[in-house]
Amino acid sequence: MPDVILEARKITMQFGGLKAVDSLEFKIEKGQLAGLIGPNGAGKTTVFNMLTGVYAPTSGEVLLCGKSLAGLKPFEISHLGMTRTFQNIRLFKDLTVLDNVLIAGHQHMKYGIFDALVQTKKFVTAEQGLMDKAMDLLKIFKMDDKAHKAACSLPYGEQRKLEIVRALATDPKIILLDEPAAGMNHSETHHLMETIAKIRQQFNLTVLLIEHDMKLVMGICENIVVLDHGVKIEEGHPGKVQTSQRVIEAYLGVEEPG
Amino acid sequence: MKFLKAPLLTLLILSVVGLVFDFALDAYFQLILLYALVNCLLSMSLNLVNGYTGQFSLGHAGFMAIGAYFAAYANTKWDILPPALNALEFFIYCTGAGLFAAVAGLLVGLPSLRLKGDYLAIVTLGFGEIIRVTLLNMDFLGGPRGYSNIPGFSSFLFSFIFACVWLTICFFTIWRVMHSTYGRGFLSVREDEIAAEAMGINTTRMKVRAFVLSSFFAGVAGALFAHFTKFISPSSFTFLQSVNVVIMVVLGGMGSMTGSIVAAFIITILPEALRPLQDLTGVDLRMVIYSLSLILVMILRPKGLFGDQEITAVWRKYARRNS
Ligand SMILES: Nc1ncnc2c1ncn2[C@@H]1O[C@H](COP(=O)(O)OP(=O)(O)O)[C@@H](O)[C@H]1O
Ligand SMILES: [Mg+2]
Repeated sequence: MPDVILEARKITMQFGGLKAVDSLEFKIEKGQLAGLIGPNGAGKTTVFNMLTGVYAPTSGEVLLCGKSLAGLKPFEISHLGMTRTFQNIRLFKDLTVLDNVLIAGHQHMKYGIFDALVQTKKFVTAEQGLMDKAMDLLKIFKMDDKAHKAACSLPYGEQRKLEIVRALATDPKIILLDEPAAGMNHSETHHLMETIAKIRQQFNLTVLLIEHDMKLVMGICENIVVLDHGVKIEEGHPGKVQTSQRVIEAYLGVEEPG
Repeated sequence: MKFLKAPLLTLLILSVVGLVFDFALDAYFQLILLYALVNCLLSMSLNLVNGYTGQFSLGHAGFMAIGAYFAAYANTKWDILPPALNALEFFIYCTGAGLFAAVAGLLVGLPSLRLKGDYLAIVTLGFGEIIRVTLLNMDFLGGPRGYSNIPGFSSFLFSFIFACVWLTICFFTIWRVMHSTYGRGFLSVREDEIAAEAMGINTTRMKVRAFVLSSFFAGVAGALFAHFTKFISPSSFTFLQSVNVVIMVVLGGMGSMTGSIVAAFIITILPEALRPLQDLTGVDLRMVIYSLSLILVMILRPKGLFGDQEITAVWRKYARRNS
């Protein structure tokens, strides 16, 4: 049996009277590019929030590399190698593009405040190393020429890309992307998906992707979980999901009759 | 020892400036100048919390009071070094005052920095008032009568240089922290806490760090204040004093160190500079003009004099526009 990197065990999220996610179970294998799909309001973002510790599940638990994440804060989960992007872009918008990326490297900085005060060699080399790494990352995404621009001055598509770069700068094992292509036009989306496939190879990553553009997910994902009203209605490879009667009823039938 | 080069150079320049002021100003304005330096320490340190880290603290006077009373007490009651080393002894007490305030900052910060926005403001405001009322009831610290005859430096030049030593330490400490991964952590907390956490930043710890460092320098500022006025009482550390420091930070621009310094000077000196006007007209228009000019600045420059940039960047932009 292949390595499972992320596992959700009957996770439930109750908001007052609303069960946004109901006993959801799934497993993501190491190196997989998996998709989480479902109509608007199905509970996809809520799942991400539970996985990354923003919300504590009402019941159930999440395991990362076999280790339970119960009670861990989001930053601790990030240190364990799981990071994310946000559906509503959450960049450090008044800071430069470079600073956005540098901040994500904080957890790998091993010097103390005192090193910074007396500018020890440790401090200087660590900062230089971080800077080089950040610039290399930006270069891969062809954003190095914008390193010193304010993040909020970037066009929308570039901001989404910067969120991914920033997430990669934490050196994750698994990255969760919440509708990375939202608001992008067709060619931008196509380009983004190619990039995602590429970085997955290059960084040896596992990717879990929320997306509502069905065709797109079918094109690149190997495993898909379909959510509707907080309940998993289907799971499997794209071919299986595409032909599932329940999925068509809940989702495909409405959005894409062709 | 390369890290000492820039601070020592700064200190040298400031000492020369002090020498000029020693000749050029009368005793009254010299005292105002010393207050301005104390206010610089206060605004720079509060800027760390309110400007860089994006938290709203309203208790700076409380930390200042702790430092002031500690230094006053230590200086009158203790004598740890021979008279020839008086300056060093003062320096040690100032450090102690800072550490004392920093511990208070830790105790206040740990529980309250989990709160957001207005709640933090209320807790810190309450803390400042608790300190003040406690001092009112501490008889061995003079109670409401305050603490007088605090030993200080006799010469202006010495006081000025001593204050500048701390100013330099404060400036370079905050500057270097802000140009390290810790400073970027502070900024990320201000920008977006949820995103910062997702990127692996322990936001609570970052806030506590900023708060403790800020309290340290507020305590030092209090100690200097006590040395310069030679008299302190609980009424020196009211809520209004905290508000005053917030005004300096906002006026200078949240997240601009040089802005905090310039604003501290403006806020300290402007009311005094307007005094001749009162003599001339016979009416006390000082506070009217003072508040009007503050309002005017906030209308013309809503983000403060320098926004979140340093004076050098603001100047470069200005020069570019005019060339
Ligand atoms: N913090 C919250 N409090 C109350 N209800 C919420 C909260 N977050 C999400 N919801 C509700 O949970 C449901 C699922 O939302 P969400 O996970 O954002 O859906 P999706 O990302 O699939 O579009 C929606 O009905 C939404 O209104
Ligand atoms: Mg969503």
